[in-house]
Amino acid sequence: MLKVGIDVGSTTMKTVALREDNSLAYSDYQRHRSQIIEKGREMLSAMMKEIGDEDVTISLSGSAGMGLAEAASIPFVQEVYATRTAARTFIPDTDTIIELGGEDAKILFLKHGLEVRMNGTCAGGTGAFIDQMATLLGIGMEDMNALSEKSTEIYTIASRCGVFAKSDIQPLINQGAKTEDIASSILVSVVNQTIAGLAQGRKIEGKVVYLGGPLTFIPRLRYFFDKAIGTEGICPDNSLYYVAMGSALSPGGKRMKLSDVIMALESYSGHSSFIKLDPLFADEDEYKAFRERHSKASVPIRDPRTYTGRAYLGIDAGSTTIKTCLLAENGDLLLSRYSPNNGNPVQAIRSFLSTLYYEYPDITIASSASTGYGEDLMKAAFSLDYSLVETEAHFIGAKHFMPDVDFIIDIGGQDIKCFRIRDGVIDDIFLNEACSSGCGSFLQTFANALGKGAEEFARLATEAVSPVDLGSRCTVFMNSSVKQAQKDGASVNDISAGLAISVVKNALYKVIRTSNPEELGKRIVVQGGTFLNDAVLRAFEKELGLEVVRPQIAGLMGAYGAALYSQMMAKRDDLRSSSIIPKEELDALIHSVRNTRCGGCTNHCLLTVNTFGTKRRLISGNRCERPVTGKAPASADHYDLYAYKQELLETYRKRKEGTKGTLGLPLALGMYELLPFYVTLFQELGYDTVVSPFSSRDLYIHGQASIPSDTVCFPAKLMHGHVQYLVDQKVDRIFIPCSSYNINEDKGNNHFNCPVVAYYGEVIKGNQDLSGIPLTLGYLSLEHPRHLAKRISELFGVRRHEAMKAVEKAFAELGSYRRRVSEKGLEIIEESRKEGRPIIVLAGRPYHTDPEINHGIDRMIVQLGASVVTEDSIAPLTGRSGYNVLNQWTYHARMYDAAMYVRDHREMNLVQLVSFGCGLDAVTTDEVKDILRAEDRIYTQIKIDEITNLGAVKIRMRSLFAALEMEESNGKKSIH
Amino acid sequence: MERRAFTEEMKKDGWTIVVPNMSPVHFNIMKRIFTTHGFKALLLENSSPSVIQEGLKYVHNDMCYPCLLVIGQMIDAIHRGLVDKDRCALIISQTGGGCRASNYYFLLIKALERAGLQNIPVISANLQGMNSNPGFRITFPMIVQAFSALVYGDLLMLLSNQTRPYEVHKGDTDRLIDKWTDYLGSCYERNRGYFWGNLKRNLNRISDDFSAIEVKRTPKVKVGVVGEIYMKYSRLGNSNLQGLLESEDCEVMLPPMMGFALYCFSNGIKDEEYYGGRGRYALIMKHIGLPLLSIIEKWSDKAVRRHGEFHAAATFKELEEFGERFIDRGCKMGEGWLLTAEMVELIEKGYDNIVCTQPFGCLPNHICGKGMIRPLKEAYPDSNIVPIDYDPSATKVNQENRIKLMLAVAKEKLEEENPQKKQ
Repeated sequence: MLKVGIDVGSTTMKTVALREDNSLAYSDYQRHRSQIIEKGREMLSAMMKEIGDEDVTISLSGSAGMGLAEAASIPFVQEVYATRTAARTFIPDTDTIIELGGEDAKILFLKHGLEVRMNGTCAGGTGAFIDQMATLLGIGMEDMNALSEKSTEIYTIASRCGVFAKSDIQPLINQGAKTEDIASSILVSVVNQTIAGLAQGRKIEGKVVYLGGPLTFIPRLRYFFDKAIGTEGICPDNSLYYVAMGSALSPGGKRMKLSDVIMALESYSGHSSFIKLDPLFADEDEYKAFRERHSKASVPIRDPRTYTGRAYLGIDAGSTTIKTCLLAENGDLLLSRYSPNNGNPVQAIRSFLSTLYYEYPDITIASSASTGYGEDLMKAAFSLDYSLVETEAHFIGAKHFMPDVDFIIDIGGQDIKCFRIRDGVIDDIFLNEACSSGCGSFLQTFANALGKGAEEFARLATEAVSPVDLGSRCTVFMNSSVKQAQKDGASVNDISAGLAISVVKNALYKVIRTSNPEELGKRIVVQGGTFLNDAVLRAFEKELGLEVVRPQIAGLMGAYGAALYSQMMAKRDDLRSSSIIPKEELDALIHSVRNTRCGGCTNHCLLTVNTFGTKRRLISGNRCERPVTGKAPASADHYDLYAYKQELLETYRKRKEGTKGTLGLPLALGMYELLPFYVTLFQELGYDTVVSPFSSRDLYIHGQASIPSDTVCFPAKLMHGHVQYLVDQKVDRIFIPCSSYNINEDKGNNHFNCPVVAYYGEVIKGNQDLSGIPLTLGYLSLEHPRHLAKRISELFGVRRHEAMKAVEKAFAELGSYRRRVSEKGLEIIEESRKEGRPIIVLAGRPYHTDPEINHGIDRMIVQLGASVVTEDSIAPLTGRSGYNVLNQWTYHARMYDAAMYVRDHREMNLVQLVSFGCGLDAVTTDEVKDILRAEDRIYTQIKIDEITNLGAVKIRMRSLFAALEMEESNGKKSIH
Repeated sequence: MERRAFTEEMKKDGWTIVVPNMSPVHFNIMKRIFTTHGFKALLLENSSPSVIQEGLKYVHNDMCYPCLLVIGQMIDAIHRGLVDKDRCALIISQTGGGCRASNYYFLLIKALERAGLQNIPVISANLQGMNSNPGFRITFPMIVQAFSALVYGDLLMLLSNQTRPYEVHKGDTDRLIDKWTDYLGSCYERNRGYFWGNLKRNLNRISDDFSAIEVKRTPKVKVGVVGEIYMKYSRLGNSNLQGLLESEDCEVMLPPMMGFALYCFSNGIKDEEYYGGRGRYALIMKHIGLPLLSIIEKWSDKAVRRHGEFHAAATFKELEEFGERFIDRGCKMGEGWLLTAEMVELIEKGYDNIVCTQPFGCLPNHICGKGMIRPLKEAYPDSNIVPIDYDPSATKVNQENRIKLMLAVAKEKLEEENPQKKQ
């Protein structure tokens, strides 16, 4: 009797039939495009044609297969279990299996008790992720391999989550990095994601077997895995079918005829148990009226062939698309283009300009401006006249359609931008954090996955009868929600409508964080390519209960605003003609891209150098201006308290010979503040202290394998790297302080540490291989010096009075360190006030001083012309106030106080640094914001993780400064 | 901010106090205590998707899932008219620990303001006297009754979980829980018959009653559930995990709540040892509080052991020892070391298939839950632990899939141990 197995994965379906001797009699592999029941029927019919309709045993497996199993009453086998069964049968000596599927990644350790690691609810480095990245690069999945083979350089791409990786890749594309290199970098990031996220410290060794689609189809991916693991794994025959074969082999298979299964499926009409929402449109008429209303917001269009004279060019080089607008002197739209940048935005504009020059020789470009992610690249490539931050461009564009607009929301391919306008200036900015970009490109990828074009997908949504409720978090979650809806039999229409509603909810509740639509105001302009999808627009209006304005050129608003800006500026500067490169130069334009490591300092930034002909070049990837100007940026540190703190901390690295051997102190989490204390304490006690260096990418990667929880904050994850460094230094002992309590500054109801800072040492103890080096977790608190001395004397076997003496010295040192920090802070503030330099309070926690954690945001702000001070330097300047939260964490209490101080000092602005995954910041961000908003101050929040791209942060900071400037010129006088 | 307090008059007028439901067995008994002391109470059962929607709407979305649920459930109840919004008050616990959960009270207040419901009084349930309301005073009898309810609830939960999967007549077990809930309620009303000597007697009677239920004990997969306290006990929180497991023919073990209470009380002792400055509290707890409580704990333990078929829960002393093998007892935020200790206990007791439930991004569980799985696996290679994250958008299909894998391995083990059992 044949044994039949079915595997329903998230994107594909596999069927196999095995003979008695377990040899393969039949196999088939197809994409199911969420039509699981139909596809199942079809594939089983095909199988029946081949193998006949005798009795078979049949089982079903796969993450999306539960519904089908139920429908045909076939026994269900969990897919990991099936994989193991197959491996035991076909490759009995397998030690480890690495299996990547459409949406999941798994590592199975078969030896010493089965251990399975599956990706959690938050992980994207899988087949769907590679698919999405390929779409982004404008190539097919199959090209990925060929391209990767030709790569020469690997870029760092965040590997934790697909969305992060995406926002790392985007700037690479826009900066003109080679597609070959990006392809390899993507594959490497998948490898890192799998190893860091899943192996979690367990060594991958022995015979490694690669299974699943991506690993079968992309040999280069196997190559990178081999390299990372240091082994040579095998990808067996039928590597796609292991789950299906395993389910065929499982002993619980049910004896039946294929024709019976097919019949059961035919009579099955999926009981739709998914959560339904109201339809977007009640009927056809409602949809018509809706179309009618929105067609009113249009721009007069003029045939460019009929126009002679001056015209204004705006270019918006967005993340996935590139938009251009050409306006006549009177504002008529002459030409526009909205196209994907296909990974090469320079080429896209070049072809646009070429069309312009050749087909419309009577039009002269009078002025030009660029905006968006690629604004610098565009400006340099074509020698444009102006560039402006994209938030401003959108505001200028929106004002044209609604002069008294009070809220603009722009949902593009990769990002959501919202700004509130008050008294004619941008008063508050919301950008989506790296984690929540459930935007346009997501819809598009999904449309493709379901086999529809973007327009058809949108149209289907408008016809949906009962849209699926898909939640409102990140794209990875939505992937699994869709999977669930498919299982429950939702139609493509309902899924499309559900996705549109999700995008809207994501924007409203995740990015803007509104609960009351009235907060947004009454006069709202929506724009961005995503709003061209009628379903999204409708969902937005329904969610808000408001009618909003969507310009017909919603997707072009950045470019439109840039064009208007170029006209405005040309008038102001009395520009005679544009500096844009003329026809001849355009034809001769040679664009080359080169990568190089900067030798300016120890950061060794990977620079991407774009050269355009002989005259112009653009350097990107740099953290400072040195590679561009050739000058050291040292002078800027003068205005940067973060830099000063780093400098001070550096002094505690000085070794001092001791009688008791070396003691390693990892410079992570709480140690960032207490380093002066502990170094002094231990040196006094006779230890030679070894302090780990400031974090770097390498340091992080060095320790990442032992991180057990992939959702813990980045500063905690770095601890593993620091400890690893100390292990490599072969210190005699490692010390990590653990304490429920922080320094008592008498600021709140209590003075706790957050749980992660308090006890992370336990995670190190339980998960990291310390090569036998003893680890002391010091449950110590700095509250009661006497008690502390007692504890120290117990823990380290020293006399009580010696311990007391050391403790006293340590306290003195800590006091002096903190005094120096706040004095320097005051000095910076004083001086900046005198010079009229804006002051940014970059509020975070002490460990945000680490350059790998803050990614050099402090320096970037200084380069933009402001001074930077820390929250702890100004917190003492205000007294204790009542806050509307439980104020019981020392670090967080400082932020509230800092916000209180900033609130009353208009020359200062607060920017809050939030580590992704910081649970306490869910409490603090709202409170800090409320404190500032009470006096109409701007609140800016920057979420940081292992992400290395400063592009989005820069936009945010520039928008902030632009808003401040406008505020200034609008005559809002500062108090001082 | 000025809050409207819950006044004596409101109590007299019969305003409803809205109580979130964490563990049905315990809270149904607790509810009777409310009634006894003249409060009208509504124990929330609403669990439709709108609960989560309301939570997402009024609470910061990065806040932990229990917070979204508890607040969402309350606002949903008000919006659906399950309770008169002009004649109700909300009650929420406030623990004051280092975990962000201690902020629930403030987040509820913020959420009410956002929802335009700032007129509704909020009662903070705590023993420290924070944010007091004149109409809601926790009296000594209330504390004693609540404490006894905890003990009774624990025993009912423990024994029913060991009986229900095996009962011959469907429904016997749940009927017995109802019977005892009613009986205890009447004791509270009379304010007698529920404490000290009676407590000891009742515990024994409960044990006898459960033992009398006709059962057929066939080998079943035994699954322990640990984790963040709300996710562990609340059906709303864990999408009825216990139901799912029982439908897969498993016996489920939930560690008693008493352990958590003792854990909270004992933390002050550790604090004094490690950090100093809490001498009086530690002294009282160490020499009076804990010994007193462990007497009652012992009665409960003895009651279970009257009948050989029941497994007793570990005593707190044992738990301390279990925990210390892997984690320092200074680790005291959230569930802290207790979570690790409970996993050890379950494994030692033969419940070595474990679901570790936590809200997505739960801070203490990074350490005491997920952070301890690797050392546990090293010490107990046969243990079969699956951590499950709960989140407003985490889909059931993913969670179920992971649980099914754990069960597949567990069933295989069970078959190896009981080869005679037919497949």
